[in-house]
Amino acid sequence: MKVGIPLFRGWEVVVGLEVHTQLLTRTKMFCRCENRFGALPNTLVCPVCLAHPGTLPVLNSEAVRLGLRAGLAAGCTVNPVSVFERKHYFYPDLPKGYQISQYSHPLLSGGSLRVRTPEGERTIRIHRMHLEEDAGKNLHAGIPDKSHVDLNRAGVPLLEIVSEPDIRSPDEAVDYLKRLRQLLRATRVSDGNMEEGSFRCDINLSVRRPGGEFGTRVEIKNVNSFRFVHKAMLFEIDRQIDAVEAGERIRQETRLFDPSSGRTKPMRSKEEALDYRYFPDPDLPPLVVDQAMVEEERRAMPELPEHRAARLVASAGLTVADSETLVGEEALADYFEEGLALLEAVPQAAGGKGRERWISFILSEVLRELNRRGEAVLSGETSATRTVPLIARVCSGELSFSQAKEVYQTAAEEGTDPLVIVSRSGLAQISGDGELLALVEAVLAENPAEVEAYRGGKDRLFAFFVGGVMKKSRGKANPEKVGEILREKLGSPS
Amino acid sequence: MAEFAAGRDEERFTIEEVTRYFLERAREIDGTLHACLSLNDNAINRARQLDNRRRREGALSPFYGFPVMIKDNLEIKGSPTTCASRILEGYRSLRTATAVRRLLSLGAVVLGKTNLDEFAMGSSTENSAFGPTKNPWDLRRVPGGSSGGSAAAVAAGIAPLALGSDTGGSIRQPAAFCGVIGVKPTYGRISRSGLVAFASSLDQIGPFATGAEDALECLVAMAGRDPLDMTTVARDPEEMRREFDQTTLSGLRLGIPEALFGDGLDPEIRERIGEVRQRLGSSGVREERVELPHAASGINVYYVLATSEAASNLCRFDGVRYGHRTAKTGALREMYEETRDEGFGLEVKRRILLGTFALSAGYQEAFYKKARKVQAMIRRDFLEAFTRCDLLMTPTSPTPPFAFGEKTGDPLSMYLSDIYTITANLAGLPALSVPAGRDKNGLPVGVHLIGPPWSEGRLLKVAGEISRHYDPGLPPLHAMSAGAGGVR
Repeated sequence: MKVGIPLFRGWEVVVGLEVHTQLLTRTKMFCRCENRFGALPNTLVCPVCLAHPGTLPVLNSEAVRLGLRAGLAAGCTVNPVSVFERKHYFYPDLPKGYQISQYSHPLLSGGSLRVRTPEGERTIRIHRMHLEEDAGKNLHAGIPDKSHVDLNRAGVPLLEIVSEPDIRSPDEAVDYLKRLRQLLRATRVSDGNMEEGSFRCDINLSVRRPGGEFGTRVEIKNVNSFRFVHKAMLFEIDRQIDAVEAGERIRQETRLFDPSSGRTKPMRSKEEALDYRYFPDPDLPPLVVDQAMVEEERRAMPELPEHRAARLVASAGLTVADSETLVGEEALADYFEEGLALLEAVPQAAGGKGRERWISFILSEVLRELNRRGEAVLSGETSATRTVPLIARVCSGELSFSQAKEVYQTAAEEGTDPLVIVSRSGLAQISGDGELLALVEAVLAENPAEVEAYRGGKDRLFAFFVGGVMKKSRGKANPEKVGEILREKLGSPS
Repeated sequence: MAEFAAGRDEERFTIEEVTRYFLERAREIDGTLHACLSLNDNAINRARQLDNRRRREGALSPFYGFPVMIKDNLEIKGSPTTCASRILEGYRSLRTATAVRRLLSLGAVVLGKTNLDEFAMGSSTENSAFGPTKNPWDLRRVPGGSSGGSAAAVAAGIAPLALGSDTGGSIRQPAAFCGVIGVKPTYGRISRSGLVAFASSLDQIGPFATGAEDALECLVAMAGRDPLDMTTVARDPEEMRREFDQTTLSGLRLGIPEALFGDGLDPEIRERIGEVRQRLGSSGVREERVELPHAASGINVYYVLATSEAASNLCRFDGVRYGHRTAKTGALREMYEETRDEGFGLEVKRRILLGTFALSAGYQEAFYKKARKVQAMIRRDFLEAFTRCDLLMTPTSPTPPFAFGEKTGDPLSMYLSDIYTITANLAGLPALSVPAGRDKNGLPVGVHLIGPPWSEGRLLKVAGEISRHYDPGLPPLHAMSAGAGGVR
């Protein structure tokens, strides 16, 4: 199906994204300092990442491995030889005065990602992916007139992922970023944590008449959430269209997004652009990719989000939308699949009977609690193992769906096992032999004709007696035990 | 070194006595010579500990207790490393250079750190922020550079062995000027970890010694793959000793690039080298004429590549984390500018500017990239030549040691003093300078040998043969004893 290009006030928006994602390596890119967020400033540093004289970079092969994995997952071509180069500029967060990056010869080329927006599905081509090191952080808070530098982040491995200018709307941009992040998370390449800066995005945006010549491109930096990406793009689209419609020329420049005003502001023009003086880093021989490593990564590739979503549609009978929602939160999809397997083992819920209830429970209750409380809510007392019995009881009629929801909410709130809440609130099943016996005898006494008929051979009436007992107990009786007692009392049908 | 090891093991002297002897000699003459930037306060203690351990366990390596001087761009943990620059004011190293650490682990005793041109940029040690070193053969003349301090120290008998670094001739040219052996190994033979980088793709650490065997021993001790330096190559260091032992002069093919013996070469140096050629010929060495068509571009290529890398390598000296920072207050940009202006000397600034220019947008194609292409041609020239000969011979320097100030006003003529040595760095080849006697003014003359990759053993064998006949002897040291006590 050909997808229409969304237009903005009659203009086509052309966007390419550059994503910097921190890699989940144990150590930094070129030294053996720990790669970890949140440590006290300047505690994860060594002479190498502090750029002391006489130190040399030593490449972390784990970073290469993760880069390759990300590239393979996105269908990139692995370049057998790539080159680390030096990118020069002076800034206190850049200890060597240059950043080691790949420039003319990146590790990976080509590749693509499918995106889906209300307009439909499209392919966004990936231009390249390359390895580089992160800079430290300048801290301006605290003592007035002074700046501090935290170099814990200096030298942390980054993968830069550059898309082709194939994106045509803010919705598409956000969907591309979400899917890219899913991919990096599912493959354990990055944690994709935007608050901690391990997934960052620069936007290149221009406008043109549909299908016409490309307009002048403006780069927007410092867009640190999906919401800001959307906002920054909408602002920039209007700004550029206003300008060209007023007959002005767009300046090629770098702009900064200001989250407080929702506007982009000029940072530096093309004329002020830095001359980075790239040249191959003589301390690092060209990176010759180990083909065995590539094959290993290919073989060990986990199921990719796109494939998982398709599988959940095909095998679990989910709608496309539901399955994408689940896969969008990988842990939630895991939760769903774990619970589904457990439900299949429960007779009343087996054969897909519990599935619909389970998915709707997850998409309403669990998703809400997940957004409210974070991933912790998917384990512990509200893990799939602990939550599934609620759905099983819904299937067997022991609990109503709304009771199950209430119980789950309380469980999430208190961090208590849902079944404990069930029994505590009198929703518990009656399992005591004496109590059940009384109920059974009452039901049998009330229905002498049916007892007669059953004993005469109408064994289908067994379910009628169970139902009667359940009703009398207002759903609280343990149906299994009720069955046992009934069998004993009624004897076998002749 | 063999003599030392025998005397040590037969207990004719203690390590402490030997250490004291050299330190006292340094104190006596270095006020005049200024080869050293610092002496090791802890050397006597270490010598004593080594003596004690030897008495208990015996000595194993010839290096055990052997004194050595270190160029002050090589790091020793806990000590200052100045690179003869003000910008490293107050800096103390956090690690020890791999090459030095390997010597220390064999029991070497570091006597002190030697003078150099600032950041190893120069050919005379006149660019040291702490004043020049003098040539022990003539105090009015330069010892060469940049490793002039190490060369002078060995020539003057302040140390029997010293380490230097060589980016374009910084070991070989001062070795020639001071009448000692100086070796630049194959690129990748010795770890650069702990060597403050000048031009990373050209720098190699190497020894100054009075005999080929000592230089060989030192190379074997320092060489080999280092996990801290990805440009080191996993080759067995002992291959050098094996080749040294197996090489015979008879039948060896010596390549002579005649074109390099023409204009600009001091006639007396040409004559001395002629003598050496004759003598080698009588030992059965066969001469081959070879062409190195692109060698003449070596200087141009070198001053583009070396300055480009240097400008990059020196970016880290920004006053933010260590070393000198300007006392003036201002914005960030001013802090950088003032710090670097105050911290770097003239020649270093000149090279930063050259290198920054050569890498700039719009000029990179014409300078840096073109230089890389010519570098590849120079390398091919050599490899082609080595299909027809086993080693090459040229002069080390076109001139004898020059006088102080003679070339400081003319950087280009200073750069030309490395014309014979530079190509070996550009091609990554091993090369050395060995004394070939003295000229009529009594100044040492050096012969330069270049070999194919990994042929240090062969070069040293030939150098050993040459030095047997042309030992320049000891400089007139008595003249230097006057101004004692000036060592920093």
